Amino acid sequence: MSVIQELSRSRRSASPRKKGDGRWALFFLAPWFAGLALITAGPMGASLYLSFTDYDLLSAPQWVGLENYTRMFEDPRLLKSLGVTFTYVFVSVPLQLAAALGLALLLDKGMRGLALYRSVYYLPSLLGGSVAIAILWRQIFGADGLVNQVLALFGVQGQGWVSHPDYALDTLMALNVWTFGAPMVIFLAGLRQIPQMYYEAASIDGASRWRQFRSITVPLLTPIIFFNLVLQLIEAFQSFTRAFVVSGGNGGPSDSTLLYTLYLYLKGFGSLDMGYASAMAWFLLLIIGGMTVVNFLASKYWVFYDD
Amino acid sequence: MTDASTPTRTATSTAVLPPSGSDRPPPEDRRPIVRPRGRHLRARIGSVLKHAGLIAFGFVMLYPLLWMLASSFKPNALIFREPGLIPTDIDLSNYTDGWNALLHPFSHYLINSALVVLGSLLGNLLSCSLAAYAFARLEFKGKRLWFAVMLMSIMLPIHVVIVPQYVLFSQLEWINTFLPLIVPKLLATDAFFIFLMVQFFRGIPRELDEAATLDGANHLRIYLQIMLPLSMPALATTAIFTFIWTWNDFFSQLIFLTRPEMYTVPIALRTFVDSTGNSSWGSLFAMSIVSLIPVFIAFLFGQKYLVKGIATTGIK
Repeated sequence: MSVIQELSRSRRSASPRKKGDGRWALFFLAPWFAGLALITAGPMGASLYLSFTDYDLLSAPQWVGLENYTRMFEDPRLLKSLGVTFTYVFVSVPLQLAAALGLALLLDKGMRGLALYRSVYYLPSLLGGSVAIAILWRQIFGADGLVNQVLALFGVQGQGWVSHPDYALDTLMALNVWTFGAPMVIFLAGLRQIPQMYYEAASIDGASRWRQFRSITVPLLTPIIFFNLVLQLIEAFQSFTRAFVVSGGNGGPSDSTLLYTLYLYLKGFGSLDMGYASAMAWFLLLIIGGMTVVNFLASKYWVFYDD
Repeated sequence: MTDASTPTRTATSTAVLPPSGSDRPPPEDRRPIVRPRGRHLRARIGSVLKHAGLIAFGFVMLYPLLWMLASSFKPNALIFREPGLIPTDIDLSNYTDGWNALLHPFSHYLINSALVVLGSLLGNLLSCSLAAYAFARLEFKGKRLWFAVMLMSIMLPIHVVIVPQYVLFSQLEWINTFLPLIVPKLLATDAFFIFLMVQFFRGIPRELDEAATLDGANHLRIYLQIMLPLSMPALATTAIFTFIWTWNDFFSQLIFLTRPEMYTVPIALRTFVDSTGNSSWGSLFAMSIVSLIPVFIAFLFGQKYLVKGIATTGIK
């Protein structure tokens, strides 16, 4: 049962069985309520307020109305970073999920060495967000990096991939695809839940393997595909470390790796334009929220729920 | 895991299918003896090819990591010339150089990271299990609403709250302490783990609580003496994910820790990149390897819980 199934579940379920444990709930939830108020909801409200102000941390916030928001649409760097981020998200996430699904299909059915393969493919997902891997990436795709050394073996003269504005973002997308292991593990778990008898029944009826894949595996896997898609999109929009480290903290060359969150960081904590950064954060929330809502609406047309 | 118990499924299932098909007369029973054998051979060749492909692919995927490990033992000049894995010249100086390249020895940053991880572990294990108990076992007003709020907070981007958090923590004079990194965990803000534990608690039979209630135990005792001891797998999953995520976390540590003596490993590495540029990849790689070792160890020993954790809740 995933977060998403939980959220999209029908509202009515058995609940009022006995009289409440209100006091106990207060006790058990006290830390969480405090966190919600002080660390999450309170700061959310404050950041919404700050997004309508001019604030540099040193002097009191000045109310400027919608100015931060209107400024955003005239800010060429912001528009550029939106373009970079959309490219990054909408190219690398589908590729990552395709790799995850493909490998999961190959690994299914209790094959020999499954656990080992799964571990090997999963490992990059655990390491991929670290600074160390971003450093490695910067070297691999550098002018004298591993990729070019390998290309040289085949007589191909490579170039500095991370330092070329046309290719730098591709290296970040490659890093995202490299971390396909986590969605793959989720696909594997989903595949295991498809009852074997469906396939048995289908092969008795003479259905080919391709037909079984299309008519059994794919429909029954659509909830998992949907779940992975929603989650990976949300996560990809928030990628930060790799762009920061690979570009040396500025989103270069010529802003080609300026992911949205990186620009937000530079605005808020680099030039202390915190009102603007807050407005950017709310715009990000709007994008992610809007995209998720669209995803849920569209899911009615392609996601198949068994129950 | 069930994998070990059915290692030969691919071989047997393809072998079993044709006969079960040939029990029924048409259309395949003209050569019932020859066909299965031919298929068997084909299936085996197919399986060998598939394994070869999977191994090759895994090798390519891990190659950058292995190469980084190998390169961390190579003198700088060789890193730019040797795409292979076996160093022609082994050199430990990368590690000694890297260890002492920054203002503090690298152990200083390792200890800082360990402190942050320890505090986060404690915070998540305690506060998330408390909240999860309430959601899984207690009836209270507005439960469904709060539960939905909790689920949605999992997906809230940190960027929406980071600026006011920074303002708050700097007013408390907590910048350049570990408190901004640990206190939120003590307040159950990693709601993902609440969800994970709610899922687990729901699977524990209610009869156990009811028996304890009859014996006069209150909710605190049920939580402490029934739920927690029975939830070791969920707690272990939480611990391992908290460990790896906190160890790798960069964004919040970058914002809240700006004094070199407070740097954690990721921030120290990043400073290292900035200060050396492209001149000393060897020692940079060496310290990167050092920084990955704890994650790798957690991965080796916690694999079962990691896989279970993402398979049941679906977040990496």
